[in-house]
Amino acid sequence: MYVAVKGGERAIENAHRLLAHERRGDREVPELTLGQISEQLALGVDRVMAEGSLYDRELAALAIKQARGDMIEAIFLVRAFRATLPRFGATAAVDTGNMQIRRRISATFKDVPGGQILGPTFDYTHRLLDPQLAEGFVPEAPATGETSSAETPRITDILAHDGLIEPSPQVEADAPVGDLTREPLSFPADRDLRLQNLARADEGFLLALGYSTQRGYGRNHPFAGEIRFGEVEVEFLAEDAGFAVPLGRIELTECQMVNQFKGSATEAPRFTRGYGLAFGQSERKTMSMALVDRSLRARELGEEVRAPAQDEEFVMSHSDNVQATGFVEHLKLPHYVDFQSELGLLRRLRKEFAEANTSELLQEAAE
Amino acid sequence: MTKTEQDNKRAQRKAAMAVLAQSEAAEISARLSAMALPAHRTLREPENGLVMVRGRVGGDGAPFNLGEATVSRSAVLLSTGQVGFGYTLGRDHEKARLIALCDAMAQTDAFADAVESEVIAPLRIAMIAKRNREDAETAATRVDFYTMVRGEG
Repeated sequence: MYVAVKGGERAIENAHRLLAHERRGDREVPELTLGQISEQLALGVDRVMAEGSLYDRELAALAIKQARGDMIEAIFLVRAFRATLPRFGATAAVDTGNMQIRRRISATFKDVPGGQILGPTFDYTHRLLDPQLAEGFVPEAPATGETSSAETPRITDILAHDGLIEPSPQVEADAPVGDLTREPLSFPADRDLRLQNLARADEGFLLALGYSTQRGYGRNHPFAGEIRFGEVEVEFLAEDAGFAVPLGRIELTECQMVNQFKGSATEAPRFTRGYGLAFGQSERKTMSMALVDRSLRARELGEEVRAPAQDEEFVMSHSDNVQATGFVEHLKLPHYVDFQSELGLLRRLRKEFAEANTSELLQEAAE
Repeated sequence: MTKTEQDNKRAQRKAAMAVLAQSEAAEISARLSAMALPAHRTLREPENGLVMVRGRVGGDGAPFNLGEATVSRSAVLLSTGQVGFGYTLGRDHEKARLIALCDAMAQTDAFADAVESEVIAPLRIAMIAKRNREDAETAATRVDFYTMVRGEG
């Protein structure tokens, strides 16, 4: 029998009203604008876009505001929003080789063609809190330098030229591309689905898994071959127009991890690769993604699957923070009936236990 | 039109769309409102939707689905029969409609030159200036390695 429990409506309504009040905080303090969030908490916005799996700065800023800065709640809101819009189709694959580069570094070649370009980075800062920033700080205008017309090829292209690294896997131009928003996950999963899963995966989860591979749980000897961040053009084949129309530009971060080499009796040894790509400036995310992408290739590369980061079912089933939070947080929803039956069972078992012990005691006393 | 002419026209339209998609609706609108416009009507009411953005494994390999992006689109019909298409990232209906109008005008003999010189060209100049400024800021963060010579020279 199912018994509906009613009566919470008023309390729920008032709780939401209280939430709205608390969200606003002290009314003497000016309200945050979406522009302020988008411009000044830009990396938070990037994270919500990457894990919300929806590129729209304004919506991500709204989600952060609505969620009171709770990133997973904001990601949840963005995911829910995307379900309200029709999908027009898929874009042409973006060309990260043709990025307007804002940052580009390589940990493998000091004198990399195109140069080491630091861009806006926390690296080399002293991580000391800056009291100046507390209020009214006006930063200097950025320095400008001589732009170079030199190409900035991908590091992996340079290595590939000498056959020192495996090439990227290719498919027929019209081969279907797996989409986990359309078909439920099944295993084993191909690399396209794995990368889609990792691209929207929780940054903290990927960071911990990537770290675990470095500490020996599925070690794969990584070098950060290249990390680049900047803007790329997006094109979409519009059926009505009859050609690929430009949609504008998006910011992306890409990480090319160069990993331990592999060869065989028939193939000369060469480096293997892991790949990371995410919306916005998401360096930690893409580096972690590339480490985990590589470790998930264990089966394909004939490595023993021993560590969590090598187990695609484990990784892909637990990487989504919206799913994870849904299942963890559902525990706080009413489980009154389930719990009553557990409670009944427990009371009965305790009673039986007490009776058994009492009779034993009586027996002992009698002896 | 010959095949080459068609291809050229299409390349021109694409180049114009690229500039418009990267400009603000208000900027496009301000430039259009300073011009005489052809009679037109909205053929497809602006609508918002999503596109799945694709990347490639390793940057140059097999495609995979990276995540979606919001897109607004519209189509405009001129009284002379040309249909223009407007697509842009984001959810700005008006911007999609303005891009469609510019695209329709770009296909006419009467307005193609004007829309190019009055709307697209100035927006392109502003876009390139912004990019050059960003590139110069980025260039200042390029590392110049030098070797310290130690010991006796």
